[in-house]
This record gives sequence, structure tokens and C-alpha cells, in this order.
Amino acid sequence: MILKGKVYRAGDNINTDVIMPGRWCHLTDNDELAKHCMEDHDRDFLKKIKPGDIIVADDNFGCGSSREVAPLSIKAVGIAGIVARSFARIFYRNCINIGLPIFESPECAEVTEAGDELEIDVFGGRIVNATRGKEMTFAPYPDFMQTILRDGGLRAWVLDKVNKK
Amino acid sequence: MGQTIAEKIIAVHAGRPTVQPGQIVNVSVDIAMANELSAALSIKELGEWGIDHLHNPEKICLIPDHFTPNKDLNAAKITKIVREFARRHNVKWYFEVGRAGIEHAVIPLEGVILPGQLMVGGDSHTCTAGALNCFATGMGSTDIACAWATGEVWLKVPHSARLTFTGKLRPHVYGKDLILHALGDLTTAGATYMSIEYHGDVFEKLPLSDRFTMSNMAIEAGGKAGLFEFDQKTKEIVESTPRFIQDKPKYTPYAPDSDATYALERTYDVSTIEPLVARPFSPDNVAVVSSCTEVNIDEVVIGGCTNGWLEDLVRAAEVFRGRKVHPNVRVVVIPGSQRIIRQACDLGLPQIFIDAGCVFSTSTCGPCIGGHMGVLGEGEICVSTTNRNFRGRMGHLSSEVYLANPAVAAASAILGHIGSPDDL
Ligand code: SF4
Repeated sequence: MILKGKVYRAGDNINTDVIMPGRWCHLTDNDELAKHCMEDHDRDFLKKIKPGDIIVADDNFGCGSSREVAPLSIKAVGIAGIVARSFARIFYRNCINIGLPIFESPECAEVTEAGDELEIDVFGGRIVNATRGKEMTFAPYPDFMQTILRDGGLRAWVLDKVNKK
Repeated sequence: MGQTIAEKIIAVHAGRPTVQPGQIVNVSVDIAMANELSAALSIKELGEWGIDHLHNPEKICLIPDHFTPNKDLNAAKITKIVREFARRHNVKWYFEVGRAGIEHAVIPLEGVILPGQLMVGGDSHTCTAGALNCFATGMGSTDIACAWATGEVWLKVPHSARLTFTGKLRPHVYGKDLILHALGDLTTAGATYMSIEYHGDVFEKLPLSDRFTMSNMAIEAGGKAGLFEFDQKTKEIVESTPRFIQDKPKYTPYAPDSDATYALERTYDVSTIEPLVARPFSPDNVAVVSSCTEVNIDEVVIGGCTNGWLEDLVRAAEVFRGRKVHPNVRVVVIPGSQRIIRQACDLGLPQIFIDAGCVFSTSTCGPCIGGHMGVLGEGEICVSTTNRNFRGRMGHLSSEVYLANPAVAAASAILGHIGSPDDL
């Protein structure tokens, strides 16, 4: 799986409260969630991005609340993947579970600026920043997470278990 | 090689003799909990997956608390979905408004979870229950749906951190100050992916509620869980819960091995710790109260899942007794649960709060998540005993929240600016 897109650049400690504020946490519909994605971080987020774009952030992206509406809204607006120096734990597993590719790469965060063109080989462990002419690697996912991502989320795993019982 | 508390509990639930940090295992879940917000999404997912049979309704806990008593039509809509789901599936641990409270206060005090057990919850502060020597961790709605359907979740075994607190506490210093002190040292990413174990002789002198406060805020350091060892105080709380009195369930506490491995170790001398606040906009932006006395405030929130325990209300009431809230300040007191409210009534605490000029509220997340019952307006400044002070967390994006312990919050309410009880 190859992702190719323009970069939306974010900084440190982007918490789930600003990605999807508490006032919208009663929403469950993807189209509704999409309207409020990153609202309290950047009012113009939706104007700045288009489907296929990639978020690149610094440390501790997705910290705070476990609200899955945060990564769901990011997926719903069409962001193809998120690269960060590091992620908060619950956010990381939520992304895997909903099939939103997510990559830890301090190197990529170091060199990448807003608007750069990125190409990510999801299972090959390779990121290319075409704008900066840089090629980087990241540790591949453990097998189990690879399977879930290839399935597009946890659904298949759950159904498999339920059907075996 | 020795094992930490978290490793032992995870190993037992993975059906293995031992586990290693970094390993991905499937674990059986004793309780999978959700509030109305996370549950609504889990229920939607189960529907989309075509699953209508739950693995074991006795292991499910549902507590509407964030926007309840229903604050508006949206809240009414989702709590209705959750209530009907609970009825249809005979969910054992459904707590209705008026018989519940904030999930993290309800669960340990009603006996939903026991020492040695493993709980996952659709809320990041699920780690609160770790004070009872269980492995409790927050997850997203998909994980919770998975646990309801299969009885299991996948888990990456965390490294463990060992934080030790020793020495004699100064006046007006409580569990909240200890965890804020640790956060100031570790930062909000300092224990990411780790299970925190709290140790030290100070916990012999503090009530169990201070352990809940500290386990609650393990996530603020990025922690996956926040655990304490089992002792006589744990036993007293566990064995006085309604569930224990009725069913006398067996449980197994776990202690770490003496040669357990920790990825991070810190020892804090508490005798150097003064009452603290976390300034906007991060729980690790810690400062001593005495350095913030020029900050005038508009609102004070005392309670929530971090500091809404009976001992917290007693500490705040002691400060308010015979005093009045500053004319420029409004105060909302939010006990953690109905049980705590009842106990507070027995001690005559509501009268003290009301005489001082506070709102004495029912249990709800309310203002903590900027929902209702005290949402902050433009530019307003609040001292809150809750756990997060991110930008916009409790209301307007330009509002500011200082996190503090209940005695400091009460003193600030009377002073009209940040201060400690010694400043009164
Ligand atoms: S009181 Fe605040 S932190 Fe606690 S569960 Fe409710 S919203 Fe979350």
C-alpha cells in the first residue's frame, strides 16, 4: 500500500480535545464528524487540506481523551495517514483499529514542512519526501497490526473470532 | 526474570506464565466499560459489523455521565440508545442517572472491579481503578465493541515505570500535588506506553482516595495504567462495596517481584513538595501555588473523577466552613458519585458548601469536558480539581484552567485569586 499526498504540518502535543472538541463528542456520523475535524486546533484546517493529504506532527500526537471520534474525524476528511515524532498510546491503537495508517518517524518530522510531497510505503517501512529529496525508513508494524491494517481495521478480526465460537 | 504488577495481571489474563514488554497478546477482559459517548460509537460499530450477540453481559458496564442528566436533545438521544442497548442485552452493570455518578468513581466504590482483574474502558481515565491493584486501561470504542463481542482485546504489554514517594507531607499537600509534581518532572509524554507503579511510605498516611487521584492522572503522563500494591486500606474499600457484601467474590492481589524490571524509576522526597497548580494549557506546566497568587479567577470547580472523593469534599468543606465565596467567583462542587453524595450528606457537607455560596451539584462530568454545569466563557479563568487544562477543555478557547487540589481550590474561591488555605 502506497500513500501519496501533500503535508499538513502540526506541532507537539496535539490533543484529542482540539482535534474533536467535547461539544461534538455526541456525534457518531462520519460526515458530521468531518465538519468539525481539528476545529479547535486550526479553524482553517478543512480549507487547507484535501483527500489524500498526510498529517506530519511532532511529539505526543493524539494525547488526552480516548475519544475515537478524533481519529475517525481525521479519517472522515480523507487524510490518508499520520506521521509523527511520537504518538499517544490510545490514539495510536485507535488509528490501527479503524484502519488509519500511522507512522512513528522522528526523522520525517525533522525534515518535513507544510506543503511537502510525501510518499509512504505503508508495509515497506519507507517514506520519501520528494520536495526535500529525502528518503527515510521506519520500523515496520508487528505482524498482528499489519494484518489489522490490511483488513482496514479490527472488524475482520472480531468477526473471525465471533464466528469461530 | 521478575515481573511487575502489570505484567503479572496481563500474563494471567493472556493464559501465559509470563509476558515481556513489547509483546502483543490477546487478553480476556473482566470488565469492558463505556460511558454514553464511547458506548454510542461501540453500539454503532457492533450494528455495522452485524453482531447482535454479546460475549458476556455480566462483564459489561455502562455509565451515562458525561452529558447527564441529559443536558440537551443530543444527550437525550445517545443516552436513550445506550439505555435501550443495556436493557436488550441484560447488561449487568448498567448504572442509571440517580443511581450512579462519574464512571471512575462508581466502578471501584460499587465493586464492579476487583484487585487482580483486568478492565478496559472507553474513557482515558479508566486507569483510575488501578488504585485497587487491578490493570485498568482506557481504549477506544472499537476496542470496547471488540471486548463486548469476543470477551478479549489485543494488548501490547507495556514497560513499567516505578515512582516512589517517601517522606513527611507538608500541610495542604495531597495526592493531587504528588502527581502534579511527578508530571512536572516527567512531562505529559514521560511515561508514554508505560504502566506506572506507585510505591512509597506516604501512602500509609493518605486515604485510598489519594491513590485514585494519582492513578486517574497516570494517563496525563501518557501512562497506560497506574497501579498500587494491595494493602489493608485497599481491602477495606473493596470489601465494603455493595457487590462484595452481597456476593463475596474471590480475588487475587498481585505484588511486583523484587527483581522486576522497570524502564523508568524515580524517587520523590515529598517533604520538599509545596501545594501546586498546573497552569494553562498542560497538566505538566506545574508551579507552586505561592507563585501564582496574582491570578484572579472567575470560577472554581471542585470534584470530578480526579478529586470528587469523600475525603476531597471534606478537605474543601473544612476550608469553606464559616467563610464565603469571593463575590467575583462562582463555585460548582461535583461529588464523584451518588454514594459519595449520600456520605457527604451524613457528614453535613452540603450545608457548608451552600452556606459558603457554592453550587452543590449532582455527579456529572459537566464542566470538566466543557459540556454543561459551569462552562467557561470568553477569557474566563478557572481553578479546577479535574485532570486536564488543555486549551478550550472547559469552555471557550480563550478560557484558562489551573489544576489544583480541593483545599487550594476552596481557598482560591474565597480569596478571589489563586492561593492556599494558609493565605486566608
Ligand atoms: S470528570 Fe472529566 S476526566 Fe473524569 S470522566 Fe468525566 S470528562 Fe473525563
